Amino acid sequence: MSSHQNTEDQIHRSQKKDLYESPDYYLLDELLTEEHKLVRSTVREWVKKEVSPVIEDFAQRAEFPKHLLPGLAEIGAFGPTIPQEYGGAGLDYISYGIIMQEIERGDSGIRSTASVQGSLVMYPIFAFGSEEQKQKYLPKLATGEMMGCFGLTEPDFGSNPAGMVSNFKDAGDDVILNGAKMWISNSPFADIAVVWAKNEEGIVHGLIVERGMEGFSTPETHGKWSLRASATGELVFDNVKVPKANILPGVKGMKGPLSCLNQARYGIAWGALGAAMDCYDTALRYSKERVQFGRPIGGFQLQQKKLAEMITEITKGQLVVWRLGTLKNENRATPEQISMAKRNSVETALNIAREARQMLGGMGITGEFPIMRHMMNLESVVTYEGTHDVHLLITGMDVTGLNAFK
Amino acid sequence: MKVLVCISNVPDTTTKITFTNNNTQFNTAGVQFILNPYDEIALARAIELCEGGKGTVTVINVGEASTEPTIRKALAIGADDAVRINIAPSDSYTVASQIAEYAKDKGFDIILTGRESIDYNGAQVAAMVGELLNIPSVSIIKKLDFDGTTATLDREIEGGKEVISLPTPFIASCAEGVAEPKIPNMRGIMSARTKPLAVVEPVAATALTSISSFETPAPRSAVKMVSADEVAKLVDMLHTEARVI
Ligand SMILES: Cc1cc2nc3c(=O)[nH]c(=O)nc-3n(C[C@H](O)[C@H](O)[C@H](O)COP(=O)(O)OP(=O)(O)OC[C@H]3O[C@@H](n4cnc5c(N)ncnc54)[C@H](O)[C@@H]3O)c2cc1C
Repeated sequence: MSSHQNTEDQIHRSQKKDLYESPDYYLLDELLTEEHKLVRSTVREWVKKEVSPVIEDFAQRAEFPKHLLPGLAEIGAFGPTIPQEYGGAGLDYISYGIIMQEIERGDSGIRSTASVQGSLVMYPIFAFGSEEQKQKYLPKLATGEMMGCFGLTEPDFGSNPAGMVSNFKDAGDDVILNGAKMWISNSPFADIAVVWAKNEEGIVHGLIVERGMEGFSTPETHGKWSLRASATGELVFDNVKVPKANILPGVKGMKGPLSCLNQARYGIAWGALGAAMDCYDTALRYSKERVQFGRPIGGFQLQQKKLAEMITEITKGQLVVWRLGTLKNENRATPEQISMAKRNSVETALNIAREARQMLGGMGITGEFPIMRHMMNLESVVTYEGTHDVHLLITGMDVTGLNAFK
Repeated sequence: MKVLVCISNVPDTTTKITFTNNNTQFNTAGVQFILNPYDEIALARAIELCEGGKGTVTVINVGEASTEPTIRKALAIGADDAVRINIAPSDSYTVASQIAEYAKDKGFDIILTGRESIDYNGAQVAAMVGELLNIPSVSIIKKLDFDGTTATLDREIEGGKEVISLPTPFIASCAEGVAEPKIPNMRGIMSARTKPLAVVEPVAATALTSISSFETPAPRSAVKMVSADEVAKLVDMLHTEARVI
């Protein structure tokens, strides 16, 4: 099992108070239940207390704040929609979106860890796993006692994962797994990996690979300028003997990984708006305090244009994800609708981060404020879980019925 | 063991305070309400004391239906059940008399409140409830231990600490140090849905006080800058304007 402790002297807590308030220009709170609001205030309180004071330092040092894992588990950020009998909370999808939004408001890297654990590891085990697999892994994944990662992308197959070459061959009670996965969030410390690989007939299956299995290694990827407070690495399989009992029995083909991505992308659609709102909130506050030419910069039309456009885009994005959540609760959200929301939220967030950063002038490039960190993080968010281009092509294909991928 | 925690619903600390009705009423429009932070401390300690099946925690709030989100939060944090006495909490006596009336025949071993509510800062309810129930009342405790029969309470006093030990039942008001407030979790929020929240009609009780008017503090005057080479001017201003020397 992973050790989730950063020794206390590695944790530097900033004294700066996190004053974040979320904008609600269209009174969308009226569309939320009391429970949704309690979920939101709970996660916000936790993020203000645990994430905001330390995140900048961990990001600067390019280190994952492992000590946050028990807290993330304790509030219920790992698999909140999974039923209680398997360690989840059985929450609805609006609550799930709100949790992701509040965590990403703190940092996209921390949200990534929660997304991977909940949507990409717990979800496939819950949806496609055998009863034994569910009993064995889900409760421990929910408490963070066990951490997971999701291996789909390969060095030569990113946007086109169906081309993957990782494969496994029958060997009696086991299979022998070979191949390599790249860009895998949480891989350096994960206890298990949900890996997608092809069988001898070329059909994709999901396998649960455990740390310690011979021939399985997880080298870390260094030198990232984005998601610096999240650990990314590879998964290398060199003739790894995986028991057949570790194969997810309930799914075959690309439907398996794609349905996981649907869950995670849904969370990102909410999450990225959290980063956008943090940038907006920071810039708005700064614009009222920073005085140039004898008046607050918020009084200048050029700055107001930036803020007005930000709140407009945020409001549109909020409406989109709320509606998407409602459809998802009714099991009516299509993958294409989720693609549109993921793409829109991340683009909104990136544009807002860039504008907001400029509004802070020189201060905007420092770690005194969260904007530049969000901006750099979002470069990963706009790439993973389907790139900006890929989601556009999905919408294009959906409306025309014509495939422009190949 | 049965523990009762008295909780109040107060404006968030960042609220901009304004008044209505000729400055006799707090303007609640647009105000975000929260669980009184000192009550969160009392609640956290109550939950700790009852952990592992050692007892049950009931929360009680004197207030109208609008306080229910705050009560649900207390249930999400870990209280077992809740009671709301359906009357506006117009003064400390109103609140205390309703709580005492409810608690008098329920056999609570320990009753806890926060040291004060952060809205009107009355700090009177605990002492009043103690008096009405004729049980010991200890104000502003910093620590609370209970071995099953005897409670040990620490109070801060001028230049030192007072340690009190007493049997149940008693009431105490809690300050920082008694416990770390707990953040609810998702399972708690889900289970709060189905925990009992009883609404009890108030007994007749007249408020003993009424508010004639509220006033906000005078706005802080602007900072006057005196340049470093004008010390005499500074001294003069401190003497004639600020009148502090
Ligand atoms: C920080 C981080 C964490 C990640 N975590 C995980 C993880 O946990 N698990 C996992 O499996 N993967 C993960 N990924 C991988 C991520 O999903 C891929 O990077 C992504 O799918 C893009 O693949 P690629 O990098 O190979 O880019 P490519 O697919 O090579 O794309 C390069 C460019 O070409 C464009 N392009 C590709 N195909 C087309 C087309 N048909 N038409 C037009 N343009 C096209 C793309 O939009 C992009 O701009 C992570 C990535 C990052 C950066």
